[in-house]
Amino acid sequence: MLIAVLSGFILAAFAPWLTRSLGDKAGWILALLPAGLFAYFLTWVPVVITDGAQVVHYPWIPGLDISLSILVDGLSLLFALLISGIGTFIIIYAGGYLHGHEDLPRFYAIMFSFMAAMLGVVLSNNIITLFVFWELTSITSYLLIGFHHEQKDARWFALQGLLVTVGGGLALLAGLIMLALAGGGSFELSEILANEDLREYGFYTGMVILILAGTFTKSAQVPFHFWLPNAMAAPTPVSAFLHSATMVKAGVYLMARLNPGIGGTELWLYALGIFGALTMFTGSFMALRSTGLKAVLAYTTIMALGTLTMLIGIGTEQAIIAAMTFLLAHALYKASLFMLAGALDHETGTKDITKLGGLRRLMPITFVTACIAALSLAGLPPLFGFIAKELMFEAALQAPTIGLFFTVLAVLSAIMIVAMAAVFALRPFIGDLKETPKKPHEAPLSMLIGPVVLASLSLIFGLVGFLPAAALVAPAVESVYGAPIDFDLYLWHGINLPLMLSVLAVALGLLLFWKWNAVLAVFSRMTFIDRFGPERGYEKLMDGLVWLAAWQTRLLQNGYMRNYLITIVLTTVALTGWTLFVHAGSPMPLGDISFSLHEIVVAGLVVMGAIVASVTSSRLGAVATLGMVGFGIALIYVFFSAPDLGTTQIMVETLTVILLVLVLFRLPSFQKLSSTASRMRDAVVAVSLGGLMTLLILAVNAVEVTEPISDQLVAWSYPEAHGRNIVNVILVDFRALDTLGEIFVVGLAAIGVYAMIRLRAEDKAK
Amino acid sequence: METIMAFVVGALFAASIYMMLRRSIVKLVIGLILLSNAANLLIFTVSGLTRGLPPLIPEGSSLPAGGWADPLPQALVLTAIVIGFGVLAFAVVLIHRAYEVINEDDLDKMRSTDT
Repeated sequence: MLIAVLSGFILAAFAPWLTRSLGDKAGWILALLPAGLFAYFLTWVPVVITDGAQVVHYPWIPGLDISLSILVDGLSLLFALLISGIGTFIIIYAGGYLHGHEDLPRFYAIMFSFMAAMLGVVLSNNIITLFVFWELTSITSYLLIGFHHEQKDARWFALQGLLVTVGGGLALLAGLIMLALAGGGSFELSEILANEDLREYGFYTGMVILILAGTFTKSAQVPFHFWLPNAMAAPTPVSAFLHSATMVKAGVYLMARLNPGIGGTELWLYALGIFGALTMFTGSFMALRSTGLKAVLAYTTIMALGTLTMLIGIGTEQAIIAAMTFLLAHALYKASLFMLAGALDHETGTKDITKLGGLRRLMPITFVTACIAALSLAGLPPLFGFIAKELMFEAALQAPTIGLFFTVLAVLSAIMIVAMAAVFALRPFIGDLKETPKKPHEAPLSMLIGPVVLASLSLIFGLVGFLPAAALVAPAVESVYGAPIDFDLYLWHGINLPLMLSVLAVALGLLLFWKWNAVLAVFSRMTFIDRFGPERGYEKLMDGLVWLAAWQTRLLQNGYMRNYLITIVLTTVALTGWTLFVHAGSPMPLGDISFSLHEIVVAGLVVMGAIVASVTSSRLGAVATLGMVGFGIALIYVFFSAPDLGTTQIMVETLTVILLVLVLFRLPSFQKLSSTASRMRDAVVAVSLGGLMTLLILAVNAVEVTEPISDQLVAWSYPEAHGRNIVNVILVDFRALDTLGEIFVVGLAAIGVYAMIRLRAEDKAK
Repeated sequence: METIMAFVVGALFAASIYMMLRRSIVKLVIGLILLSNAANLLIFTVSGLTRGLPPLIPEGSSLPAGGWADPLPQALVLTAIVIGFGVLAFAVVLIHRAYEVINEDDLDKMRSTDT
């Protein structure tokens, strides 16, 4: 099973090489993998029907409770079959569609990665692995949408899709972690969903909102629907696969998957129901306004995603049956329609419906297949789409609340979808032949086999509804509903309200088709819709982000070291000072103030030297007082039992003074560069840090010190290291590696100094 | 004495930050020297000041006589003094070189990589 999930990634690594060496037949041969996977998943169908859900465990990061556990039940199997089955035809189709394209090897590599990621999403039992695969689908789809990377639009839309879905993905991660917490800490879906108390979780509302933020963005629900039609910038095989059958359904999958655990509440019903219904309506409405072959299909995909979300939200037996049936029907007809749209575009050179006509004689197979698939889209008997739509009407009518709202929107959407299905299936083919950029002819076999097979399945499943019902839909419904439901799928339900609604929808839809040109004319005057859509919001957000980045870069990265330093110092003072203020509590104890005369004199000289060095305008004065500070500190070391430090400091200080005298006098003398105001500001900043340091030392001194950790070093010094100067022993023996590092640093500095002096000598030589 | 040293260290930090905020690159280096001195003295002070007990072991004994000042902070500070000097030497030569190339010691005029 693990190999089945990951084989796509393995093949992806070899796909470029295989594509090159196999030449024209690459598509057919590479399609063997998804075909094999499809056959493999089929063998699981009887297992799941008789034995129920299966969980397969592979440990991955045992310490973090992350395992590659795989959940095979009706729902995941339905998706896995769709992904591998439709994937097979897409791979073959891509071979024809991108025939001779120089980037075809890259395309296959990304496509297989995507397919494997998608299988990972639907088969993962561990929610962390599910999330990893989820994000992988976002990233691979970004690469696929941006496949024509030389086009600016494609890059922009790819980024848009990525940002929207990955933004939602972040929320989803938080939501999934809350889900794991709600489920008692387990990360296994099968264990979490078995928990009955998920809905009583304290942060239930927040958790659901976060999870829905992820699924709504992924599945293009209003108001995040705008990225999906834009993603049509991708080559058609990608659109057919990602944006009809698989990726956008990942969100639907997750909602369906979690439905038995966290669904069924009022929040779930209203959130999914209302957003789903609005998405369904928006999708249909926008489809009606579109004239591009792929745009029409993209908007009907949004309609389908909305319908599925709404049905999962309604959550009754009827609704879940309708949802799973609709899912299967939609995947079949939509993939087939997309591939046909690609064939039309490929063979005629245009994807504008209004510019196509009269192709029925030149492309007869395409015409017939388009009619069958479009009938399923429109929901007419005897197609599988009809069964799905009848069930959907029934579920909307029987919804536990706001059923009228659902029904009205469902019927309105159905009317528009009937019209657009008719437009898609008839307009390019009937009437007079129109002039097109390419001379049209029938598409090659590789591009027709997929649509023909899938459209035929729509027809066969409609005629023998019991077959998919028992094998595919019923197990999936059981997973989503949480309990088995006994039902059957058939075309004729008798004369009832759903049927009447269907008749009404078809009649009005055909009327709309009849008057489509007039409808388009009306819409073309309604451009304000484009000006206020959520996509404008996205653009504004992006502009705002860039503006903010530019503003804060100008503010923080302004190129003045002084400003960086002031920011650092004030932040340190504020944060450390605040902590000190909060935790010190009582007034600061003054500590030990006993001193001898020579100590206080030296300390006074050091302070005075530092002050004079800062305010003097004479270079020599600055260097001399600096020396005073250094030698004063050396004396302090000597007074307080550190003779080694004293000698080192004296040597270093001597060298420093010599170096400064040598170099500084080659530089210009001090000038008064800053204004008095900025001097005052700097003084305040400087004194604030000095004051903080003083307070910190007082605070440290007030703390009772435990035994020094160096006592052991002292005890070892002579017996073990044979040294009487303990500081030296520490440096060259106990902490020899540190000293080695120090030598290295000093050596590097010496090399740097030498190099710069040489450089100077070379300059002079010129 | 620790309390007095706390004020000495505070004064050194204040002076060093003030110098590092100046526009002249030479004053920046002076600020750097003061900062490294201040930091060394800070470590030395907070580890506790002990009078007249250097961590040296007299002949014929395996421990310093009559107690000792903590040698570990001293070792750390010693390392810091030497490294501080290495950094300083490099910085001094660097500013000299910078001045030779662009003939300017005002930091505000060194804001682009091409000057």
